[in-house]
Amino acid sequence: MKLVTAIIREVQLDQVREALIQNGITRITVSQVSGHGQQHQEEIYRGRKVTPNLVPKIRVEIAVNEKFLDLTTKTIISAARTQGIDSEGEVGDGKIFITNLEECIRIRTNERGTDAI
Amino acid sequence: MTKTKQKRVWSLLALAILSGGTMMAQQPEVNEGATAWMLTSTALVLLMIPGLAMFYGGLVRTKNVLGTMMHSFVSMGVMSVLWVAVGYSMSFGPNVLGGWFGWNPDYFFLKGIDESIMEGGVPEYVFSMFQGKFAMITPALIAGAFAERVKFKSFVIFIVAWGLLVYNPLCHWVWAEDGFLFNMGADGAIDFAGGTVVHISAGISGLVAAIFLGSRRGFPHMAHRPNSLVLTLMGAGLLWVGWFGFNAGSSIESGLSTAQALTATQVAAAAGAVTWMIIEMIHTGKASALGFASGILAGLVAVTPAAGVVQPVGAIALGLISSPICYWAISLKNKLGYDDTLDAFGVHGTGGIVGAIALTFFIRDSWMDNAAHAAGGVWTMWQQLGVQVAAVLIAIAYAAIVTLIILWVMNKISPLRPSKDEELGGLDRAYHGERGYGMLNAS
Repeated sequence: MKLVTAIIREVQLDQVREALIQNGITRITVSQVSGHGQQHQEEIYRGRKVTPNLVPKIRVEIAVNEKFLDLTTKTIISAARTQGIDSEGEVGDGKIFITNLEECIRIRTNERGTDAI
Repeated sequence: MTKTKQKRVWSLLALAILSGGTMMAQQPEVNEGATAWMLTSTALVLLMIPGLAMFYGGLVRTKNVLGTMMHSFVSMGVMSVLWVAVGYSMSFGPNVLGGWFGWNPDYFFLKGIDESIMEGGVPEYVFSMFQGKFAMITPALIAGAFAERVKFKSFVIFIVAWGLLVYNPLCHWVWAEDGFLFNMGADGAIDFAGGTVVHISAGISGLVAAIFLGSRRGFPHMAHRPNSLVLTLMGAGLLWVGWFGFNAGSSIESGLSTAQALTATQVAAAAGAVTWMIIEMIHTGKASALGFASGILAGLVAVTPAAGVVQPVGAIALGLISSPICYWAISLKNKLGYDDTLDAFGVHGTGGIVGAIALTFFIRDSWMDNAAHAAGGVWTMWQQLGVQVAAVLIAIAYAAIVTLIILWVMNKISPLRPSKDEELGGLDRAYHGERGYGMLNAS
């Protein structure tokens, strides 16, 4: 079992969700986060260009069984890269972290492991 | 608008200008009470537009909140300028082009009414500004039908064209003293404060635009949930408050008819809200806040054309009739599958039609006596019903056809729909470069 944590642009969220749902991955957790990587995002405030030091981002977390890992990451990449999978993308498109998941328990039934995901 | 109060003094004014001001003494005196109330009403109607921005703004998704509120705000800006430039003249000038709209060169940029006082003792500037607010809120109402899926620039151009070609002619027909609907039947089609001009025209145009533009991405299988019902409730509250200016101000005086309109407005809104709440509690088991707010609007919209002619019982009846029909109209939307985003047609179109027609059965006797006198003896409720239905059908047909033409031409020149990326990313980012709730994020 793996935990896929993707940090993506806010504006790509709907696109990523649509793509995931289309590929049968429907169980996700989404949160609003702020941070910074390489991206410098300029905003206009009262006619002046300003660079906020922390950029708002979306964190998507998906727990998957191994056989769905590839599909999940591919789907996220193709939907979250600016202008699509065939483009070069842009700084700020985000990152995907994959971590091992030790255990998973469904609270309702006490099921454990791969069945509970 | 009552007929006597609204008579313009521009012929007198022309004389006054010709004779170098010596005739000015013949102008009516300023009636301070009436003027003070009309100034207040003008401000109250303006308050409805930020109210509408909040009402609509709260109902869309977070990424579109600013774009949606800007539809209302930009309308305040654009339509104000347009109204002063040509709108007032087109609406309240004497008939030109066979009565299609009006025109009076004196009203061009309002330059000829600098010292003009109307028959009721209200300076014409006040009347003009009061009427201007109606021209601002109407295009803002339409925006609810296609919220979340229209380019900002296209919207601005659309409201300019719509204001010139739909609003001003309709306003002229219904409220100018030589407008053909103002003179239809014995004592005119009854539209006290804008049932046909504002609500039916906005609702129908919205419906046409919603169908023309197509549904939002993901409609109807994805839930498009409101970002802040708190904002929506505050907006509905402000609309209710502002509606006193809208309806009671439309008497263009400060007296008995003002009091009658004010009372009708209050009880219709309350009856509409309570009715909606009861329907929902029976139908779904819960009294939703959005339902209550929708009921307020259903009642207010229905009483808008009727405020001058119905007594409190009639006003309650209008709220009672309007809410279930609007409730049904909204559920019809889900069945037929057109995407009227914020129910501009479901509430304003439907409520306006219900109000304009159903008011016939609750007209106070004194009005009917007047009408009978004007008709030379007899004037029945059924004859008035014919006039009301005719006015409603004319407003529907005119608004629908001209809106469709405007949209079709505009879409040929430049597509009205945002691109897929713009729509998915949200209108705030695409067209305004800002976010509504940025402060919620650490920065």
